[in-house]
Amino acid sequence: MRQTRSSDRAPSVRISRAHFDWRQYVVYGGFILVFLVFSVSLYGSGFLTLNNLLNIVRQTSTITVMAVAMTFVIAAGEIDLSVGSLAGLASVTTAMTVDRFGIVPGIIAGILTGLIVGCVNGVLVTKVLIPSFLVTLGMLGIGNGIAMWITDTAPVPIASNVFNNVFGSGNVGPLPSLVIWTVVALVVGHVALRKTPYGRQVLATGGNEIASSFSGVKTKRIKFLALMVSGLAAALGGMLYAGRLHSGRFQWGQGDELSVIAAVILGGTSLSGGIGSVIGAVIGSLLIGLINNGLLLMGLAYSQQLIIRGAIIILAVALGRRGRSM
Amino acid sequence: MDEANSVAVGMRRITKAFNGVRVLDDVDFDLKQGEVHALVGGNGAGKSTLMKILEGVHSPDAGEITIQGRPVRLSSSLDGREHGIAMIFQEFSLIPTLNVSQNIFLTREARNAFRLLNDRECERATRELFRGIGVEIDARLPVSALSAGYKQLTEIVKALSQNARVLIMDEPTASLTKSETDSLFHIIAQLKERGIGIIYISHRMEEIFRVADRVTILRDGKVVATEAITDLTLERMIEHIVGRKMERSFQWLPRAVDRSGAPLLELSSVVSGERVRGISLKLYKGEVIGLVGLMGSGRSELLQSIFGIRQLTSGEVRVRGNPVEIRSPADAMKARIAMIPEDRRVQGLIMDHMLKDNILLPLLKQFTRNGFIDDRAARRKVGEYVRSLDIRAESIFKIVRQLSGGNQQKVVIAKWLGAEPDIFLMDEPTAGVDIGAKTEIMTLIRHLAGDLGKAVLLVSSELPELLAVSDRIAFIRGGRLEREVERRTIESEAALHHLIQGN
Repeated sequence: MRQTRSSDRAPSVRISRAHFDWRQYVVYGGFILVFLVFSVSLYGSGFLTLNNLLNIVRQTSTITVMAVAMTFVIAAGEIDLSVGSLAGLASVTTAMTVDRFGIVPGIIAGILTGLIVGCVNGVLVTKVLIPSFLVTLGMLGIGNGIAMWITDTAPVPIASNVFNNVFGSGNVGPLPSLVIWTVVALVVGHVALRKTPYGRQVLATGGNEIASSFSGVKTKRIKFLALMVSGLAAALGGMLYAGRLHSGRFQWGQGDELSVIAAVILGGTSLSGGIGSVIGAVIGSLLIGLINNGLLLMGLAYSQQLIIRGAIIILAVALGRRGRSM
Repeated sequence: MDEANSVAVGMRRITKAFNGVRVLDDVDFDLKQGEVHALVGGNGAGKSTLMKILEGVHSPDAGEITIQGRPVRLSSSLDGREHGIAMIFQEFSLIPTLNVSQNIFLTREARNAFRLLNDRECERATRELFRGIGVEIDARLPVSALSAGYKQLTEIVKALSQNARVLIMDEPTASLTKSETDSLFHIIAQLKERGIGIIYISHRMEEIFRVADRVTILRDGKVVATEAITDLTLERMIEHIVGRKMERSFQWLPRAVDRSGAPLLELSSVVSGERVRGISLKLYKGEVIGLVGLMGSGRSELLQSIFGIRQLTSGEVRVRGNPVEIRSPADAMKARIAMIPEDRRVQGLIMDHMLKDNILLPLLKQFTRNGFIDDRAARRKVGEYVRSLDIRAESIFKIVRQLSGGNQQKVVIAKWLGAEPDIFLMDEPTAGVDIGAKTEIMTLIRHLAGDLGKAVLLVSSELPELLAVSDRIAFIRGGRLEREVERRTIESEAALHHLIQGN
């Protein structure tokens, strides 16, 4: 439809510049601040070396990959608590298949594990209409139980150097492969959220599910896909654990769901949906890794690390939340 | 009764503006003890704002409120309640999972010697309160098991238990059956005897003549008249509500609609649940049909069943002569149907998202190239809509929550214009928008039908507007199409009022 009646008395409307809300960028400020504090206080103790910094990225890569997918789930107004245990399960299924049938079947086994669990989560949430919190809480236990059962709780070693290099300890040129996985997840996730219709519909669904469905958005399909991809990402996380630690074990990823959710929320994604940032989630994940690393170098006991990390997360989220509910 | 000390509530020279638009202008209103004072007026006349000021939700820009003769300052709804003013909500504010007595005494429960909850005492008190208005009830029934009538009684009893002296009832009979309405009126009579004052808001004239002692009529934020019901006739009342002056944009100009071809939209005995009970209708290219009826008559539900939000139980929908199966809004969009929903905050907009993202939501497909959104083209298009609909916002990145009601509504319309539909379903498109935006929306409806050949099915409680743009008027009552008339056979808004009231 063309409306021409008033083009001559057009009011000025800005269509080029986005407004700036500093609260969405709290995580970046927090990241820089924590980085500076550690750089000064840990001067000379190996914090500011390229190796240490790459190490931080490497150690957080599993959390990062899962946090990117979790951003979509949370932005769509749902939650996925099963990612940690699913990572453990996928590390096991991959490890068991790699050494028996080869790398490609191993990768397929891992992907299938994530796909199946993700789809089951998705169906239960969008078809059976059970809240995602409950579905994925149940799945957390089921995934963990299966991983323990099929391995008799023993680690499954991976001898394949190729697999271990691609998913874990290898390098591509000067870059560790885990850093590359992180960058790939970041770019794919960011573009999908910001530049594709799917991403836009995820944010719309989380922002107001009723209005979205009135606008023709298939909100259930959007949520199903988000949960399915979250399952896939968790499986990839599990394979990254397997590659880095040269084995699959049910314990890999245990408890990661909390770090993943913390990273996503730190990154400015709204826990009630509708607002989300993949870059923020990646920075949030790196911030958590940074804090872990710095506190370790400071020589703090694990118990003390937990307390300080918890306090920093609460503080950052509190700063970022203020006034968002305009 | 002694006149001087029998005044329960006095509101003098109340003035209130929102975003510079004056919604109440020097309004005087008072309520005596034991009186039912009806407050009537069209939508946007200022009734609900006036009541919100009395509840303490809004504070007036100017004016004075007295309760039992003492000046008061109400700054929250808790203040209002403390002064004995209680709103009986249209959508009931009870907690469905708790039982009747738990709801009534929520946060004020009786305690026993150990400071633990004393349910038995609460239940006894509940039964007594209900007996006070002549009703026997099982105090342990969960509220979810109650009928609409009993839910409302529970609300009333809850207010009474808090020593309310003034009850505000906003369309209290909207969801009640005939016999429930009768018993409500019986209870109102008893409350009057106890000296409780009732402010009664309703569009149903017949009820007002039955129940009210006095009537105050508001129009455009001003008091037009306050009179004893015995001094009023239905004609005079409608005249007051409508007003003499008619804006030019509210004038109806006859238009020729070509009904020779196949109708654009044809409904054959459409049934959906309890609310739509067999409606057949033909809507032609370039035609506007206004659906009128009382609240709860099933008009909104009809639009929702066409748009796939409610599922059809039986019946057939044809678009351009072809039967279509619409099970979701996405299906409706494929049939080139658009819907401007009734509640823009809940159904129309994502309030915390930007103007541009809201407008783009139904149009994402159009602006996707190779799987990616072409943001630059999309922004340009959005800018065009913002200009052509004259949406007043400093940028297309503005969060829609921060726009005025009229501009928000234009955003809802803009998002559908882009989908280039042939059929528009509009549910109260001018509700809660200022007069300027109203005029623009009406001009737009005329433009859509008259110049672009779209078909519009319009639900509006704003009768002057409905009369101004419709070609035909369809009367809906109890989910059925009562009759259909040509617009030109209706001489005035008053005549339409009479037809809707059923006499």
